[in-house]
Order: sequence, then C-alpha cells, then structure tokens
Amino acid sequence: MNKRSRRKVLVIGVLFGVTVAAVLGLTAFQENLLYFYSPTQVIAGEAPENHSFRIGGLVVDGTVNRKPDSLDVQFDLTDNTETVTVQYTGILPDLFREGQGIVAMGSLQPGGLFIAEEVLAKHDENYMPPEVADALKASEEAAKQKMQ
Amino acid sequence: MIPELGHFALIIAFAISIVQSIVPLIGAAKNDSALISMARPAALTQFLFVGLAYAALTQAFIVHDFSVLYVSRHSNLVQPLMYRISGVWGSHEGSLLLWSLILSLWTIAVAIYSRNLPEILMARVLAVMAMISTGFLAFMLFTSNPFERIFPAPLDGSELNPLLQDPGLIIHPPMLYMGYVGFSVAFAFAVAALLGGKLDATWARWSRPWTTIAWSFLTFGIALGSWWAYNELGWGGWWFWDPVENASFMPWLVGTALIHSLASTEKRGVFKSWTVLLAILAFSLSLLGTFIVRSGVLVSVHAFATDPARGVFILAFLVVVIGGSLGLYAWRSATVVSYGRFTWFSKETALLLNNIIFLTAATAVFVGTMYPLVVDAFGIGKISVGRPYFDTMFSFVAIPLLILLGVGPAVRWKGDNVARIAKVSIFFFIISLVIGLLLPFLIEDKLNVATGLGFAGALWVALTTLKELFERISKKLKLSLSYIGMVVAHLGIAVFVVGVTTTVTYSEEKDLRMVPGSSYNISGYEFRFQGVRKVNGPNYIADEAVIEVWRGGEKSGDLLPQKRIYSGKGNPMTDASIDKTLFRDLYAALGEELEGGAWSMRVYYKPMIRWIWLGTLFMTFGGLLAVSDKRYRQKAKRKSARSLEPVSEATGNA
Repeated sequence: MNKRSRRKVLVIGVLFGVTVAAVLGLTAFQENLLYFYSPTQVIAGEAPENHSFRIGGLVVDGTVNRKPDSLDVQFDLTDNTETVTVQYTGILPDLFREGQGIVAMGSLQPGGLFIAEEVLAKHDENYMPPEVADALKASEEAAKQKMQ
Repeated sequence: MIPELGHFALIIAFAISIVQSIVPLIGAAKNDSALISMARPAALTQFLFVGLAYAALTQAFIVHDFSVLYVSRHSNLVQPLMYRISGVWGSHEGSLLLWSLILSLWTIAVAIYSRNLPEILMARVLAVMAMISTGFLAFMLFTSNPFERIFPAPLDGSELNPLLQDPGLIIHPPMLYMGYVGFSVAFAFAVAALLGGKLDATWARWSRPWTTIAWSFLTFGIALGSWWAYNELGWGGWWFWDPVENASFMPWLVGTALIHSLASTEKRGVFKSWTVLLAILAFSLSLLGTFIVRSGVLVSVHAFATDPARGVFILAFLVVVIGGSLGLYAWRSATVVSYGRFTWFSKETALLLNNIIFLTAATAVFVGTMYPLVVDAFGIGKISVGRPYFDTMFSFVAIPLLILLGVGPAVRWKGDNVARIAKVSIFFFIISLVIGLLLPFLIEDKLNVATGLGFAGALWVALTTLKELFERISKKLKLSLSYIGMVVAHLGIAVFVVGVTTTVTYSEEKDLRMVPGSSYNISGYEFRFQGVRKVNGPNYIADEAVIEVWRGGEKSGDLLPQKRIYSGKGNPMTDASIDKTLFRDLYAALGEELEGGAWSMRVYYKPMIRWIWLGTLFMTFGGLLAVSDKRYRQKAKRKSARSLEPVSEATGNA
C-alpha cells in the first residue's frame, strides 16, 4: 500500500471513530446530564418535571422522619430561603445528619415531593458540597437584596 | 529540628533540580561533555535530598510531632503505626512529596539502567525530568509546605480520614503515582528526542520498557483503588465513574494506546510522530489527573483539599508543560519521517485500530469528566454526567475492541492474507457467539443478548489468544517473554470481561430492615441476623452486627459488618463484611439503628466479582513479563544510536 492510500485509510479510520464516538456520545451524554437546582429554584419551578436532577441543601433539624416498618425516610432540605421535602428508600450515607449539607439525585413529583434515588453526603465533616455552599450563598445574597 | 532539616532538604533539592534542568541542556546544545556529564550526579543528589525530606516527614509522623501542622491534621496518638506511615500521603502536601520522591526515583532509575544511552540524549532526558521536578518542588515550597509548624503545638492531633485507614489504601497511592509519574519517562524521552531533532526508532526501543512498566504500575494502582472502594465505601460497587477514578483511567487508556503504538514504532519504524504525541498526551493526562484530584474542584469523595491558589499554580504548570511540549511537537514533528510500508491488512493497521479505539474511549471519559467543570467554570450552571453515559460508551467501545483483540495478534507485520486469518477466525467467532449467547439460557433460562455478547467476547479473546499460543508451541517457535506477557495480559482482558458481565447481570442486592432473630434469603443464601454488639478497635468503637450465613441447612460462615465511630472527629464509618470466594462474594454493610431494636442493613450477592481484579492482575503481570524480556537488555548493550534496521518478521513476533 502506498503512502497516499495508507494515509487515506488512516484518515477514514479516524473519521469513522470520531463520528461513531460523537453520535453515540452526544446521545448518551444528553440523556444523562444531571442539572443541579437549589430548593429556591425548585420552588420557583425552574427544575424539569419529567427528568432526573440533583438538589442540594441543608437537612432541616427535626424533620427526618422514618416509617416504622420500612426503610422509607422523609426529610426537608433547605437553602435557608425555601424548603423541599425529599423522600428516600434505603440506607442513608454515614455522614447524613440533621443540619448537614447533602445532595440528592432523583425527580420531582407533581405534588412537589422529591423522590430521591440516591443521597450523597460528604466524607469530610468540615466539607460542604460545593453546590450546596454556592446555593446557600446565592440564597443569602437574595435575602440581603430584599431587605435593602 | 528534624522538620526544618526536611524543609531545608527540599529547598536544596529545588535548587539542584533547577541546575539539572538547565546545565545538561546547554551542554547538549554546545556539545560540552563536562556540562552533559553533570546530569547524572545531579539526579542522584536530588534524589538524596528529596528522600531526606520524605524521611523527615515520616519521622515526624512516627514520633507524633504535632508541632508540624500536617502531622497534627492527619494523625493522632492512638493511630496505629502503619497508618501514621501511610498518613504521609494521606492528604495534599504529603502526597505531593510522595509524587516528587517517586519522580526522582524514576529519574535515577533512568540514570542507572540506561547507561548505554548516548550521553547527549541521556542529558536531555534527565533535564526534562528535572523540569517537571522543579515544578512540583516549587509547588510544594510556595503553596503547600508539608513542614509548616504550628505554635503552640496541640497535645494531640486530629486524624487521618478514616476512609483512608485501610490496608488497600496504604499501597494504592504509591502504586498509582508510580504509574502516573512513570509516564514522565516516556514523556521525557519524547521531548528529548524532539529537542535533538532525531527521532529514530531506537528512541522507541529505549522508552518502550519504561512505558510498559509504568503502565503495569498504573494498572495495579487503579485495580487497588477499585478494590478499596469495593471494600471500604460500603456501596458494593467496583467502579463509580467518579471524576477521581476517571482522572486515573484517562492516562491508563492513552497509556495503553501508547504501549501498542510503541510496538509498531519499535518493530517497524511507523507512526513515529503519532507515538510521540501519545507519550506527551499520556503524561499530560497524568498531570491533569493530579490537578483534578488535588485542587478540590470536583464534587468527589476524594477531593480533600480545597485551595484555589494551588489550583492556579497547577493550572499554570499544566499550561507550561502541555503547551510547551505540544509547541515543540508542532515545530519539530514535521521533520520526522516514518518509512515502514504496510498494507491495509497488517499488524500495523490492527495496532492503529487499537489506538483509535482507546483514544475514542479516552475522549468519552474526558468529555464526561471535564464538561461539567467547564460549564461550572463559566458559571452556566452546575451539572454532572450520570453513570449510564459512561456505561453506554464503554459497552459500545468494548465490541470493536474485543473483536480486534481476537484477530490483531495473529496478523503479520507489513501485510497478511485475509483468507489465512479468516479460515480459523470465523470458526472461533461462531463458536464463541453460540456458546456466549447460550450461557444466559443455561444460567437463568432466558435470553439476554448483552450478557451473551459479553460472554462471547471473553470466549473469543481467550480462544483466539490460546490458539495462537498453541500454534506457536506446536511449530516449536521461540516464545519470547514479551510475547508471553502479551498473551497473559490479553487473557486478563477475557477474565475481566467475564467478571464484569457476570457481576453486572447476576448480582443481587437488597436494603433491609432487620430485627435480631429475623432472616432473609438472597440467591440461595440465608442471612440470619443474630444481633448487634459493641467492639473496641485501636482508635475507634464500633457496633458490630452478627449475621450467620446458612446454605442448604448448613452454616457456611459469619458476616460481621461494623459501624465505626473514630475517636478523632467522631465521624461514623461503615466497614462492610465480605465473604469472598473465587465464584461469589457475600457482602453485608450495616446501616443504622431503627425503631424497635431493628437495624437497617444492606446485603449483596456478587457472583464472580473477584474475576474483575484477577483480570487486572493478569494485565499487570503481563506487562511485567514483557519488560523482563532479555531483548531490551541485549539491545541496550548495542552501542550507538543507529537507526532501526528493518526487522525480519516472518513469524509476526510481537
């Protein structure tokens, strides 16, 4: 095979790989993008209704409520402005505690209840999930502006 | 006193690394042998001082010197000795020190074991490695000094993150870094060759064993990380597509492409500039991995450090290293000519396809990992990419890769007869496909195409690899260690695929609410919950559940999962209990106490999950075998930088 046709094979090969990857990738990518919303954004109706997303905030003290006969648990999540109730079935992570910043992945029900498929809490006690920290800051600034 | 000595040693090492990165290069440019010969002693002295600094920090950990900030943050009086020693690399500053130590280790390894390299090339290689070292030492000295003191010194320290207090995690970071940093050797060889403007195939011959050994370390390091996550995180999974895992996986994917491309370049003198580009890419991704893990930009359980100033430094460093080397590549690579000829059906083409597949995979991981970061950096929003994206991508990448794996090694260099290969391949292809698709029927009595294809792929790879091996044995061809290494590594892929396919399809898991005395059945195993007792560890107290496992009326063992509270910060941590055999794991993790004396608990049945790590061990071992091939030593003995003579490859030895 001469140099030119060898190069042709190379170019076609690379183009083929790139195209397959791009088509597959973009489809899979779009289906699996998870956006993050704060409770304020969720209450304001910014979050999608039929698509999974992530929500983050602080677990409100005294709201963690377990059903006696199952692993269902409900708790409120707040960014100090708005609050969203989250329901989860299963074992909560080690660092899940009242007052702690957590992130939940799941979807919003028509009544405004968030059904979580996954609950994540950070493994360092001093460490706030960055999204939650940002959401809290945004909510704090919004509150300040209102007061002025 | 000793911490100051350690700090001082670091400063001296920094000064030496500057000298080592400049003087030999000037020497190489002026052909001044006095300056060139400075490279080796400089590398040795640098290693000595970095080693001294490392020893000083270790000593501070061992003797509980809490006046050192880093020691007080990551150890306490009751922490066991082995976790004080491993505490050195438990966080940001110390892991950078480990990085530097390993870099200087690789540097002197090159200085010692490549004595027959042309002096000018050696000087350039050592200078490039010193430049990287300068960057890391400066980073440590100016932003992350591990020897920083606090006054007054606390009476007791905090603690090493309990998650990191696990035997698997003692060796995981050093192994991973050996791999990451090992790619710096291939990088340094590539840059040195570009600097010299002489990129012949001997270059590939020299850097090939170094790259393969670094790849073996990286493979082993990633496997250890996966093994640790499975044991320690209590989620029962072995890979989470966590950004930090991806950070180590990207250099592995490109590194795998590199070791295959190096084979073409060494044997046939083809794809030279492509190989150089891959070497640059593999190390750049290693640096990016360090950046991702150590700047705290990611939402991840691994991101323990959060400090933007450090991020800016690493980012600048990345720009200099990647930008500089790519610039050099753009400037010099046009002069590189590859002269080997081959037809479309040849080993060269197969190896090229391998590269395309691995780079496609690496791109998929890169996009999924970096896109959320970029979006976040521009303030567009906060997103993350879900696991199914990665799973889908890799299922599709696996198909062409496994098919290629069954054909590529059998195809000869330069060109081969399609009919020759097809005659045997089609037979094995059909056999594998039929048996693979039948297996899900035998196991579960139902059709499962994805699972069947997984089994078929593994079978195809194993059969074709073994067939080729037996054919060579029966023809009494000489089997080189590098060929056997390849066979072992490729069989590892088959073992790995069997493990993944089985575990993904046939695992069972259940979150339970259990009261003492109750039991639960999962895949024929009865878990009988006896109760919970208190247990005292060296630096924690724990609730320990006693679960008896029964099968067919006989007791087969106990599972004792714990929920530990570590004395340092009072953090709770789950310690799963796993009953391991080659063909199945039983796994129990303890949740928390519920009303009425009940406990929440998670139980798993994981068939053949061990095969996943077994496969990676095969790959690691295969890499090490390939490096042991005496051909590298013989060729190293041949003096001079003669360019490659065409190798007669009638039998297609790889």
